[in-house]
Amino acid sequence: MIEVKDLRKYFGDVKAVDGVSFTARDGEITGLLGPNGAGKTTTLRMLYTLMQPDNGQVLVDGIDVARDAQAVRRQLGVLPDARGLYKRLTARENIDYFAHLQGMSDTLLRTRREHLIKALDMGDIADRRTEGFSQGQRVKTAIARALVHDPRNVILDEPTNGLDVMATRGLRQFMRHLKEEGRCVLFSSHIMQEVAALCDRIVVIAHGRVVADETPDALRAQTGEANLEDAFVKIIGSEEGLAA
Amino acid sequence: MKTTLTVFFKEVRENLRDKRTITSALIYGPLIGPLIFVMIINTVLTRELNKADQPIKVPVIGAQYAPNMVDALKQQGLLPQPAIADPEAAVRNQDADVVLRIPADFGKSWRNGETSQVELIYDSSQRDTNSSIERVRRMVETYARHQGAMRLVARGLAPTMMAPVSVDDRDQSTPQSRAGQLFAIMPYFFVLTIFMGGMYLAIDLTAGERERQSLEPLFANPVARWKILLGKLGAICVFSLTSLLISVIAFGVCGHFLPTERLGMVLNLGPSFAGQVLLIMLPLVMLLASLQTLVAAFAKSYREAQTYLSILMMVPALPSVLLSVMPVKVSGWMYDIPLLGQQVGITQLLRGEPLTALQISHCVVSGVLVAAVATLVTAWVYRSERLAISS
Repeated sequence: MIEVKDLRKYFGDVKAVDGVSFTARDGEITGLLGPNGAGKTTTLRMLYTLMQPDNGQVLVDGIDVARDAQAVRRQLGVLPDARGLYKRLTARENIDYFAHLQGMSDTLLRTRREHLIKALDMGDIADRRTEGFSQGQRVKTAIARALVHDPRNVILDEPTNGLDVMATRGLRQFMRHLKEEGRCVLFSSHIMQEVAALCDRIVVIAHGRVVADETPDALRAQTGEANLEDAFVKIIGSEEGLAA
Repeated sequence: MKTTLTVFFKEVRENLRDKRTITSALIYGPLIGPLIFVMIINTVLTRELNKADQPIKVPVIGAQYAPNMVDALKQQGLLPQPAIADPEAAVRNQDADVVLRIPADFGKSWRNGETSQVELIYDSSQRDTNSSIERVRRMVETYARHQGAMRLVARGLAPTMMAPVSVDDRDQSTPQSRAGQLFAIMPYFFVLTIFMGGMYLAIDLTAGERERQSLEPLFANPVARWKILLGKLGAICVFSLTSLLISVIAFGVCGHFLPTERLGMVLNLGPSFAGQVLLIMLPLVMLLASLQTLVAAFAKSYREAQTYLSILMMVPALPSVLLSVMPVKVSGWMYDIPLLGQQVGITQLLRGEPLTALQISHCVVSGVLVAAVATLVTAWVYRSERLAISS
C-alpha cells in the first residue's frame, strides 16, 4: 500500500507538485491521470525516492520514505519514465544485474526471472542484446527487470507510452494479473481510455494538485457525463477556470 | 561489498563488448605513445648521427683568395661548393645552411701578419642549421689555431705562449643520465595513457548512462549510491591500469629498438623500471578515475563530458611543461605533489638513479590521500538529485 500525504515539490517558482494526497491500495490498480506537465512524473519520482519532497509524507507499506529510503525501494518495483536498458547486455543479463543489486540468491533469481520471461511472453528475445529492441520489447525487459525481486508495490510511469495496440493489450493483461496477485499497482497515464479500462481508482492531477480521487463510476456520476473522457475534460477545465 | 562487485563486474563485462572502448583503452591509448616515441627519436638520432659523420657541403665565396685554407678545410671534411650570388637570401630561403665568404684582401692581411677576416653567413632562426654552423666554425678555428702556432714556432716561441689557460672537460653525466634528459617527456606519456584508458569508461558510466536513461532505474534499486560509484570507479581503474601496463611493457620492448648506445646513452626500461613506475602511478590511476567521473557527472550529455575531459587532459601536462621550461632543482617536497611527484620520480628512474623507499612512499601516500578526497567529493556529487534525471 502506498500512502501519499500533502506532497509538495517546487523547482524555483514552478510548483511542480503542490499538495498531492492519495492512497493506492493492495489488490487494486490506481491510475494517476493528468495532462502532460501536470506533475505525475515528479510525484512518482518522490515515491520511489529519486527526489526529496519539499513537504509532505510518503508511506510505502507503512515505511516512511524520509526515514528509510532503501527499505522503501526494496518494497517497490519501478518502471520509471526513463527506461534505458544496457544495450550491450542481453535481456536476461539486464534482468540479472538488477536482481543481483536486489541481493537475490541465484536460485530465487532463476525462478523469478524465468517466471517473468514467460508471463511477459519474451522468451524469443531473452538472449538477444537489447540494442535494436522495439519499444515494446524494451518495455517488457524494463518491467521484468523492475519486478524480478517480487515487490508488493508496483509503480509504472506511462507504461504504454509508444507501444502498439498488441503490446498495449498484453501489458494491460499483465497489470490485471499483478492486481490479481494482490499487489498494489500504481501507474500514470494521460490516456483516458486506458485508465478507464484498467483502474479501480482514478486520481486526477492538474497543475500539481489532485482535482478528483474517485472510482470510475463515481467520477462519471460526479460530473454528470456518461463518458469518462468528457468527465475528465470537465474536471480539468473547471479546475483551470477556478485557478484563473 | 557485494553491490560494488556486482556493479564492477557488470561494467567490465559490458565495456569489454564495446569496440570503441577496447581500441581506445587497450590499443590506441597505450601504444600510440611508444610508437610516436620510437619514430621521433629514431628520426632525430639517425639524422644527427649522419650529419656528424658525413662531409658538409658549404658554398665558398672567394675561395681563390685563400687556397691553402680551403685545402685545409677540405681535409677536415668540408666540401666547398661554387660561390653563389646572394648568400644572405640563400640562407634565409634555406637553400644553404651556412655560407663562407673570404674577402679579396685576405692574402694581403695574411702576408702582413694581421688578422684576416672571413664571414660565416647563416640564419640561426632556421632549424637544424646549428650543428652545421658549429662544425664550420670549429674547422676555421682549428685552422687558425694551427697557423698561429706555426707562426710562433717560426719566430722561435713556444706555441703554449698563446694558450696560458687550457680547459679540460670533466663531464659528470653518465650514459643513463644523458638518456634521462632526452626522454624527459616520457612521464607525461604514462599519465596520458592512464587518462585515455579510463576516459571512455568514465564518460560512459556516468554521463553516458544518464543520457541513455538507465541511471534512474539503476538508482531505484535498494542500494546506496556510493556503493554503485565504487564499483564504477573500480571498473575505470582496471581499464586504465591495464592500459598503463601495456604501455610500460611496450616502452620496454621499444627501448631495445632505439639506437641510444650510438649516442653514448643507456636506456634501461626493464622490469625493475616497469615495476617502480607501476607502483608510483597506482595512486594516479585512482585519482584520475575519480576526477574523470566527477567531471562527467557535471556534464549534461556524452558530448559535453568529452569536451570537459579533453580540457582536463591538459592538466597532467602542466608539471612536464613547467619542468622543461623552468629547470627547477628537484627537492623533497615535490614527491608529495601528485603528478609532479610521478614526473620527477620517473625522470629520476630514467637517469638510472633508483628511487628510495621514502620517495616511493611519499609519492604513493600523498597520491592515495588526494585520490580519496577526490572520491569523497565525487560520492557527494553522486548523491545529488539532479544526477539521475535525464530529462
